[in-house]
Amino acid sequence: MTDNVRTVVETTEKEPADKDVPRSLFSDAWRELKHRPMFWISLGMILFFVVMAAVPSLFTRGDPTEAILKLGSTPPSSSQWFGRDLQGYDIYTRTIYGARASILVGVFATLLTSAIGVVIGVIAAFYGGILDTIMMRITDIFFAIPFLLGGILFMSSFPNTKDSTYFAVVGKVVLVLSILGWPSIARLMRGSVLQVKPNDYVQAARALGASPWRVIRSHILPNAWAPVIVVSMINLGAFISAEASLSFLGIGLTYPAISWGVAISDALTYIRTAPWMLLFPSLFLSLAVLAFIMLGDVIRDAFDPKTR
Amino acid sequence: MSDIILEGKDLKKYYPIKTGVLRRTTGHVKAVDGVSFELRKGETLGIVGESGCGKSTLGRLLMRLEEPTDGHVFFGGEDMAKASTSQMRKLRRDIQIVFQDPYTSLNPRMTVGDIVGEPFEIHSDVIPKGGRRKRVQELLDLVGLNPEHINRYPHQFSGGQRQRIGIARGIALNPKVLICDEPVSALDVSVQAQVVNLLEKLQNELGLAYVFIAHDLSVVRHISDRVGVMYLGKLVELGEEDQVYEHPTHPYTQALLSAVPVPDPTLRGKRDQIVLVGDVPSPANPPSGCRFHTRCWRAQDVCKAEEPILQDRPDGVTQHRSACHFAEPRTVVERSE
Repeated sequence: MTDNVRTVVETTEKEPADKDVPRSLFSDAWRELKHRPMFWISLGMILFFVVMAAVPSLFTRGDPTEAILKLGSTPPSSSQWFGRDLQGYDIYTRTIYGARASILVGVFATLLTSAIGVVIGVIAAFYGGILDTIMMRITDIFFAIPFLLGGILFMSSFPNTKDSTYFAVVGKVVLVLSILGWPSIARLMRGSVLQVKPNDYVQAARALGASPWRVIRSHILPNAWAPVIVVSMINLGAFISAEASLSFLGIGLTYPAISWGVAISDALTYIRTAPWMLLFPSLFLSLAVLAFIMLGDVIRDAFDPKTR
Repeated sequence: MSDIILEGKDLKKYYPIKTGVLRRTTGHVKAVDGVSFELRKGETLGIVGESGCGKSTLGRLLMRLEEPTDGHVFFGGEDMAKASTSQMRKLRRDIQIVFQDPYTSLNPRMTVGDIVGEPFEIHSDVIPKGGRRKRVQELLDLVGLNPEHINRYPHQFSGGQRQRIGIARGIALNPKVLICDEPVSALDVSVQAQVVNLLEKLQNELGLAYVFIAHDLSVVRHISDRVGVMYLGKLVELGEEDQVYEHPTHPYTQALLSAVPVPDPTLRGKRDQIVLVGDVPSPANPPSGCRFHTRCWRAQDVCKAEEPILQDRPDGVTQHRSACHFAEPRTVVERSE
């Protein structure tokens, strides 16, 4: 009789517990995202801009550095869709080529801020104590610097010269955005790690004699990085617009880089006589920023169980 | 007494209480305050006590997941606190832990194969790389899981199955001691029995010694050879299972045991149940003398002044360790047989 009871109990226990239980945070978020048109629209736009940045020649056969002075300020027409600017550059070609700088700055600033933020956040939260206090106070100091003001100060202290290379110009903007942008990621990561750390599986790994590096790599990071991915995505849009702001002020990207921010800055003087000069780069910039922020938003909603 | 494998000597763990902007230490929570015991090879030592009495902290101290404030843990005669990092790594093979909550003790991002195989990754000299997967499957089989489920994730299992995975991870390195920190409290009663039976089976097959921490008196009695009762960070009574359950001499143990439900309706109401008054005092500011004197019906002046030591005291039949100035047996439940 006892045997009977045992088998009955055992079958109930062996029943697969969950057809409806979420598989994992990521697959769950993916199932949610699949059905969101906003996700596909923003992803499509981002892909469009990324391809534009990688191979601009797919979209235009023109040369962005070819200025035909006698055609200066030609309004948009069937032969030159976006018109030409004062110096006779084809605005369509310049706008297409301008995507590269914005995407490069956005992507690399995001990668760098995430890298710095994750390292600082993980170390502070994992080791705790005095190390945590010191690192978080340093984070607070950087957090207190106003983003744009800090950028203006940095860029005007180290201005570009005539013979700066393209990568030096772009790299400098990436650097300043990263220096000012990492504290939010570090705080986020610290909070996330603090949530994961007390879990028993972390204790179990320590009990097995796992090294701190192993505990971080295989137990803490995989369970703590979701919020950072979401916020980084939203930040990417913000970095693109910050780059444009700095370039607009004449201290971000400068010659030889072709950038939407520079184009907007140049166009402002002629807003009455040649408004198309301003319209097209601004439109592309807004669309790119919008796409990244929209994607970040949709992903955040998908990861946040409260919004489901 | 060479058969003692694990020994705690006057273990203490105080957590500082920090207040104010400057985070000055204004006091200590005395989670574990002077606990001594010994565990013999292949035996099960049950530790019971109510929530917050320091049972789990004691388990963590034994695993050296927390450093003791004072006192020593001896494993096979070696002081664990003095072990170097590499010695500690070796020691960890011999002493492992099973956690209470099967939902937080398994990494949700790892497959069962990775979870149970992690001990071999960390101690890579135990089994060569090629044989690990097979060994993991053997372990799964040993704890009563389907070895083919090696690639599943923890959320695909029920609570009882997850606890089996935790046990498989614990015994992977063939430890001599397994610390079970409330391994069945989070499970349904029917599943509890299966897990307890599994633990007993493993003990018979592998010769494990258990420190079985729990608050369920009947489960502890079922599995334990010896039992220790904790109250406010101290062991108040320690003895053979029969001695503690049949002839308790400490009033706290007597009160605890009187609260165990008896599965015999004819005995209902006939029992002499002791209902304690008041709450457990704060471990940050424990009472003077005997910690139980604030709730004890037999307390006298000496209890407030002098702390009773845990030592052998007569229990009517033989003698076992108890920490009460007035230790004496008392029949708690009229036995039916």
